[in-house]
Amino acid sequence: MATAIDPTVGGLPLPGGPAPARTGVLARVRGIRPAVALSVLFLAIIAIAALVPSLLTKGNPLAVNLGHSLQSPSLEFPFGTDQSGRSVYTRVIYGARESVLIGLGATAVGLGLAALLGVAAGLGGKWVDGAINRLLEVLFSFPGLLLALFLVAIFGSGVSTQIIAVGVASAPGYARMIRGQVLQVKGADYVIASRALGHKPSRTLFKNILPNAFRPLVVLATLGVGQSIVWASALSFLGLGVAPPKPEWGAMLDAGKDYIQTAWWLELFPGAAIVAFTLAASCLGRYLQRRIEGETF
Amino acid sequence: MSATPSITAGGALEAPPRRRIPGQVVLRRLVGALLVLWAAATLCFAMQELSPGNKALAILGGSGARPPQEQIEATEEKYGLNDPILQRYTRFIGNLATGDLGTSYQYKQPVTSLISEQVGPTLVLVLVSTLLAWVIAVPITLLTAGRGRLRSSFGSGFEAFFAGMPPYWLGLVLLVVFAFELGWFPAIGGTSPDALLLPALTLALPLAGFLGQVTRDEFERGLKQPFAVSARTRGASEAEVRRRHVLRHALLPGVTLTGWAIGATISGAVLVEVIYARPGLGQVLVNAVSNQDLPVVVGITMLVALIYVVVNLLVDLLYVVVDPRLRTATGVA
Amino acid sequence: MSTPQPAAAGAPLLEVEDLKVGFGPRGHVNEVVHGISFAVESGKCLAIVGESGSGKTVTARTLVGLTGERSQVEAGKLDLGGRSLLGLSGRRWREVRGAEIGFVLQDALVSLDPLRKVGQEIAEPLRIHGWGERSGRRQRVIDLLTEVGVPEPELRARQLPHELSGGLRQRALIAAAIALDPSLLIADEPTTALDVTVQAQILELLQRTKERGRGLILISHDLAVVSRLADHVAVMRLGEIVEQGPVEQILRSPRHRYTRALLDAVPAAHSKGTRLAPRVAGAYIPAGDPQVPTVAGRAPIITAENLVKSFRGPDGTSRTAVDHVSLEIRPGETLGIVGESGSGKTTTARIILALIDPDGGNVTLRGKAWTTLKEKDRRQRRRRVSVVYQDPLSSFDPRWTVRRIVDDAIAEEDYRGKEARLGRVRELLGHVGIGPDLLDRRPLQLSGGQRQRVAIARALAPQPELIVCDEPVSALDVSIQAQVLDLLADLQSELKVAYLFISHDLGVIYHVSDCVLVMKDGRVVESGSAEQIFNSPQAEYTQKLLAALPRLDRTEPERKAVPA
Repeated sequence: MATAIDPTVGGLPLPGGPAPARTGVLARVRGIRPAVALSVLFLAIIAIAALVPSLLTKGNPLAVNLGHSLQSPSLEFPFGTDQSGRSVYTRVIYGARESVLIGLGATAVGLGLAALLGVAAGLGGKWVDGAINRLLEVLFSFPGLLLALFLVAIFGSGVSTQIIAVGVASAPGYARMIRGQVLQVKGADYVIASRALGHKPSRTLFKNILPNAFRPLVVLATLGVGQSIVWASALSFLGLGVAPPKPEWGAMLDAGKDYIQTAWWLELFPGAAIVAFTLAASCLGRYLQRRIEGETF
Repeated sequence: MSATPSITAGGALEAPPRRRIPGQVVLRRLVGALLVLWAAATLCFAMQELSPGNKALAILGGSGARPPQEQIEATEEKYGLNDPILQRYTRFIGNLATGDLGTSYQYKQPVTSLISEQVGPTLVLVLVSTLLAWVIAVPITLLTAGRGRLRSSFGSGFEAFFAGMPPYWLGLVLLVVFAFELGWFPAIGGTSPDALLLPALTLALPLAGFLGQVTRDEFERGLKQPFAVSARTRGASEAEVRRRHVLRHALLPGVTLTGWAIGATISGAVLVEVIYARPGLGQVLVNAVSNQDLPVVVGITMLVALIYVVVNLLVDLLYVVVDPRLRTATGVA
Repeated sequence: MSTPQPAAAGAPLLEVEDLKVGFGPRGHVNEVVHGISFAVESGKCLAIVGESGSGKTVTARTLVGLTGERSQVEAGKLDLGGRSLLGLSGRRWREVRGAEIGFVLQDALVSLDPLRKVGQEIAEPLRIHGWGERSGRRQRVIDLLTEVGVPEPELRARQLPHELSGGLRQRALIAAAIALDPSLLIADEPTTALDVTVQAQILELLQRTKERGRGLILISHDLAVVSRLADHVAVMRLGEIVEQGPVEQILRSPRHRYTRALLDAVPAAHSKGTRLAPRVAGAYIPAGDPQVPTVAGRAPIITAENLVKSFRGPDGTSRTAVDHVSLEIRPGETLGIVGESGSGKTTTARIILALIDPDGGNVTLRGKAWTTLKEKDRRQRRRRVSVVYQDPLSSFDPRWTVRRIVDDAIAEEDYRGKEARLGRVRELLGHVGIGPDLLDRRPLQLSGGQRQRVAIARALAPQPELIVCDEPVSALDVSIQAQVLDLLADLQSELKVAYLFISHDLGVIYHVSDCVLVMKDGRVVESGSAEQIFNSPQAEYTQKLLAALPRLDRTEPERKAVPA
């Protein structure tokens, strides 16, 4: 008796029946990877920080104390202090609300606009589709941040411009995905089946096409919030978003960059918050994507 | 187009009856690209019209300044701000077509000369970063994709970590670690080659993460495809399967995305140039945006749109070279 | 070339004893092949037949050491040409693959690298095993292509796989497998997805390698296909060989119940009105009278006259998919349309369903306008004609449960109130033998057979007079196919519903139809009663199709009752 396999060969797809239905809470919980659990935990902490920051810190994010300025991290100030002696930890915690709200707002603007364009293109017939496609192509030629900067130049800097600018700049990418999704669902056999049953187009639209076309939006939104925070913070970082004294992660990076040679903690911690948030969101998003794909196709 | 000869090279085969002539394809793409540029210019013009601020005031020193009424009127007259909209539109498009981007409100200099001084360093940075990103992404994919759980999760972990990384923060971290703490590279300024490395790395790492993710997915899918199994049943080693069959499939989506990525990298370059105080379009643009210097903003935007469109045109043509199926379009694959 | 020395006289080329294959980490191995033994002699063909999940493909891959890194393979004996293949190193395995054992995968479209030229793919085994110089290899590729019957070999060698038809691709794949003239050739479902006439040609090609004195292992789900070629047949089920022996014995006097069930399930052998499978427990329909109801003379449900439809291709040329097709479907009757891919049968069905408008001709439903109506006016009457699709999975909204899928098809005016509707859903599912325990399952959680049953329940829900069945069984295993065909027959005799039955499989069409339409390139080449088409075909094309149809070489009437 001996093993007769070539160990260098990768796994092969072997034909098999339908995947057995995985039911039961236990099976589901066991299937979750630690990275996903960690992401959810981190996002929960951020949510607490955004809703009731006083639970996580006793300090005041705006309290100036010049006697403590630019202290490196210590037990009293775990993330150090800034040039005005404010605790960076407290400011990062209080910054969660502004940063997350801007991120959520921008994602909502982007996805809302994209859903409108994508569905119109997908359902509107040849001419509407053609026109929207051209528009998207044009918007793609103003890549990402550039479109946002352009909008800020037109409408002036500020939080609301920041939300709209980042939202609009992210819309073309989403719109293209939603359009593809709508077209795919529209041509799906089950939509034809619904028509063959004699259902009204409106019924097919609301019961089959839209729910299926919007299914991946959960994933897009999760991934999108992370990206929106990155780009909204970029505007703040360039001094074109949230104004400095307010605690917001991007604005904190902007304010700290003048002290970068001496006080690295001013940059490290707000930036780490952005990075961790993005990673957690994308980890969760990918997990949701697998779940949805596993349930449908 | 330099890519054209290799497209016709595929024509050595007996031509199927309903083949398109590549020249026609190139021409159609060119016309399409021009249309996109024209639409982009129109959009820029329309956005300017929507701008709530008074342009004459902006020219005369921003919202803080309080110039006398006659000076405002003279400025409006001089810049033709009160002309009918159609006249301004045709003038705008006409000027664009001849390469005249107008005069900067702030510097009172032609935008064209302002930009042309700065575009070189930015383009160099973007191209070097994109190349660097591929140089980082491909070996990581080759070394880790489909080679067991441990290596795979190391590779995909690396990619996920950098793909979501904000370039401004990565830039700051690299600056602190390599310039201030280790002192290996100059911190600030200059266009010398060693001053290029940190900024290029700042842009390349997130892009490499992104390209790596796409390439890895495709690579792992390719390893399981029947054609890879076929090759194994002929006695091909894993290295041969990877190199001769799977790699090419894995690179295809990356090639398409490179066109898009170059656009994103230009955006990112704006931030990186601010961080490293590098000369380039970034500083000019941020300055113009905060002072609502619209001609400069529009000028840079249109320039980037032009670069984007040209790069994507090249990528489309390059794709035909990489994917032989497009050269012999007899049917749908 | 390294053809192994002929083993001692009489010893088989390949000997496998007590082969076990499992997947998963040690200690948690999920065994899928449970100790099977078989042998292949030079110049002979062994067919391994089984349905999905039988372990036949895993067995085939084990013979070339390609089961993957998470697999555990054990065997008492695994000898090729007298030399053991057990415990070979990766390098030694690579020397065996392609040179001593050739392997042909199914589905040549993706089994040939779509980015490489056909010639490069065929030359690959030559290059890997260091055969000759580059120019010599090029000549060998041309010779091989000629040998496997590919016309214009020099042109074809320079083309990409997508430029070749399915049949040519399969030939090219075989050419690559026999490039080094291996002593054993393994072909895994080499003809699945090919049209029946092409299928016959490929089988002939494989026959030639056998005649050259090489061993051949044919893996297939279809007993009828392999019966032409095989000397020995091994029937696999759930990882075990339930029966093996000479082909005549397996076909004429099968000993195992499963083999008999498989043979009975082949529709081509049985005309309409005979059962293909034992009854499924729980199906509610009483045993119907197997007689076809006599329906002649009643007014037709559907009358189609001179239907014409052409499509514009992406290159601007137009292709006529349906060319002056006329047909009639009478109540309680089955009209079968048979044709190969591209014959226009599905387009015809879609016109009759009024899902696409014909360019010319028209269809009337119960004597009233149908295709000429506006969609709004048609909607009311759509319930009279329903449809069962080839791929039930994609015809269900993936988010919906079985209950909602069926409920969605029940007319609002027929059943009001939650209770009444649920009762109707249960009743419909009862008709097709789906128990209430599956009510809350989603499509993905059903087996292929269950899905098609739910699809039939949905088609019954509007109480139609006609059900259009578009290749409803071509994706199913033969035993499941038999159950579904029986179910359709039972429903017809019970509910007197008419079918328009589309299939590429002449055997299936023969089994289900009263009347048959044979289509080719959008035209009807022949029509008539099923018996007439099968027993005295007039058109040359029909004769060709019939000749290519894989049949079981056994006399038809000795049917034995299958114990339920």
